[in-house]
Amino acid sequence: MTNIDQKHPTGTDEFLKGIWKQNPVFVQVLGMCPVLAVTNTAVNALAMGLATAFVLVMSNLVVSSVRQIVPKQVRIVSFIMIIATFVTVVDYLIQAISLDLHKALGAFISLIVVNCLILGRAEAFASKNGLGRSFLDGLGMGTGFTLGLLCLGGVREILGSGSLFGVSLFGSSFQPWVVMVLPPGGFFTLAGWLLFFNWRAQAKARSETSNVKETLA
Amino acid sequence: MNEDPLWQIFLNSCLVNNFVLAYFLGICPFLGVSAKLGTASRMGGAVTFVMVVSSMCAFGINALLTAMDAPYLKLISFIAVIASTVQLVEMFIKKMSPALFRALGIFLPLITTNCAILGVALFQTNKGYGFLQSLVFAVGAGAGFTLALILMAGLREKLELARPPEMVKGAALAMILAGLLSICFMGFAGLGN
Amino acid sequence: MSDATDTTQMAHAADKAKIWPMYRAVVGLGFLCGFIIVGVYEGTKPIIQRNRIEMREQAIKDVLPGAVTTQAFMLNEQEQFVTVPSAQENGGLLFAGYDESDQLVGLAIEAQGMGYQDVVRLLYGYSFESETILGIRVLESRETPGLGDRIESDPVFLKNFGTLDVRLTSDGSSVANPIEFVKPGEKTDDWQIDGISGATITSRATATLLRESSTSWLPKVNAQKDAFLKGKRSP
Repeated sequence: MTNIDQKHPTGTDEFLKGIWKQNPVFVQVLGMCPVLAVTNTAVNALAMGLATAFVLVMSNLVVSSVRQIVPKQVRIVSFIMIIATFVTVVDYLIQAISLDLHKALGAFISLIVVNCLILGRAEAFASKNGLGRSFLDGLGMGTGFTLGLLCLGGVREILGSGSLFGVSLFGSSFQPWVVMVLPPGGFFTLAGWLLFFNWRAQAKARSETSNVKETLA
Repeated sequence: MNEDPLWQIFLNSCLVNNFVLAYFLGICPFLGVSAKLGTASRMGGAVTFVMVVSSMCAFGINALLTAMDAPYLKLISFIAVIASTVQLVEMFIKKMSPALFRALGIFLPLITTNCAILGVALFQTNKGYGFLQSLVFAVGAGAGFTLALILMAGLREKLELARPPEMVKGAALAMILAGLLSICFMGFAGLGN
Repeated sequence: MSDATDTTQMAHAADKAKIWPMYRAVVGLGFLCGFIIVGVYEGTKPIIQRNRIEMREQAIKDVLPGAVTTQAFMLNEQEQFVTVPSAQENGGLLFAGYDESDQLVGLAIEAQGMGYQDVVRLLYGYSFESETILGIRVLESRETPGLGDRIESDPVFLKNFGTLDVRLTSDGSSVANPIEFVKPGEKTDDWQIDGISGATITSRATATLLRESSTSWLPKVNAQKDAFLKGKRSP
């Protein structure tokens, strides 16, 4: 056990990788439906992110604790069943917290079930790792997903309605870019963020290669 | 009970509220399988087929659950039934029509986790459609999905020989294309009147 | 020969041994999931129902200014309006609003129709006294944010209501002047609705669905006005 632990990264790394190195939205480009559909305001984005994170953490915990007793053949069925359970739970919890929020998110809460990110983490991580590690992985990925949604929701709300979290930013003279809160705006904002990250990665790669050349020289 | 006329439901699910470009459902296959025109149209056919079958199943389940007064089981039973329907359809096609199976085969497992399928099932129950309405809704959604996929594939084939800057390649370029397509589809809004 | 049957039998036995854990896992998990879902459903049910009713009450009070208490009504098979417990959630209901001294303020009626993108559902308040539509409140819409959703916020458009004339003809069989939709700034009569430029289709759809709903409901509710007047006092 200690051997395995030494090979594996530490718990903090497990948590942080979901936020930065393997960010589900910008790096893995997973679970795109909610990313684009409900990010027209920052509040919706935050709520969707938290709901997904909750399902992710809970399903990771349960999958990890039953991983020894579930045979390989019925693995996917069992995972989907666990995920669907927690999505139903989240659906009722959101209805109990705020009906307005439930109306804004609509059927997309139920569609968390088919978010490839959750099944992906259950299959790739939680079914192979211990309870604590799976919890941290779920928490990290969930946080990363929420942050990604917030990045999109923030930009779309600022440009599309001139406000952030419902607080008006520019006063009444601001003419909002309505297209940003409409479906095409979702695609364009995500494209913008992906371009930004590609540009950063390229700049980094370029400076690294020039460093290597310098050391070689 | 919803009383929308059938043609309105079809136009709505196919063009006005296109599943891919307005609801963002089924983005994964939309980006993944839209590189070639041929595969795109076959994938569209497979999705439409499964949509119609699972929509009919979902209608039955919903009626059953309403009779049993157990709405909390909706999601879990929808997903279970869709997954097993896809499996059954796969086996059935394999047995009955090997040619069709060769055309659709590799796409069928991919479809299980396609959110558009679950989306059809959920939206039709949310809107309270009857059996015929659900059927038309599913056909419309499938046609809209196929249309979006084929248009996207056409655009991407044209771009194959273009040389975009290095950082635009891949997902970012696909997103920009999808955004432009989505703007075009906004022109259909208001058709249902 | 016997060796072969032995091996197949052994293979079968091995298969059976493998099937049992599969059943156990799936059925066990199914039970667990069922318990969780039913537990949460039962736990949150009263809260959700309270939220729903609160939301509906709020909408009714918004379209019937001055209303303090409400009572739900339903049209039964004999075309009679009868009271139903307010906790009921199904559609097709009318709501009467009463002020502090239990006087009838008006009726809140639900209407729905096709908007620009999808179905628009709204609640409108009707006053018996002035025979006008007092206000509207959108319950459900997917109209374009910033354009179509201005039917809820545009001050000029909202000024249409409050004085929107839906008087009945003298015999009470139909609305004297069905609601008309006119271009912004061209309103001359009290039964016309000024549209919003930039949200033409949504505001026209609103006018259409108000016209359809008012022409079908108002003669019926006026014929049985007494049911609503005494609705509060009779149990």
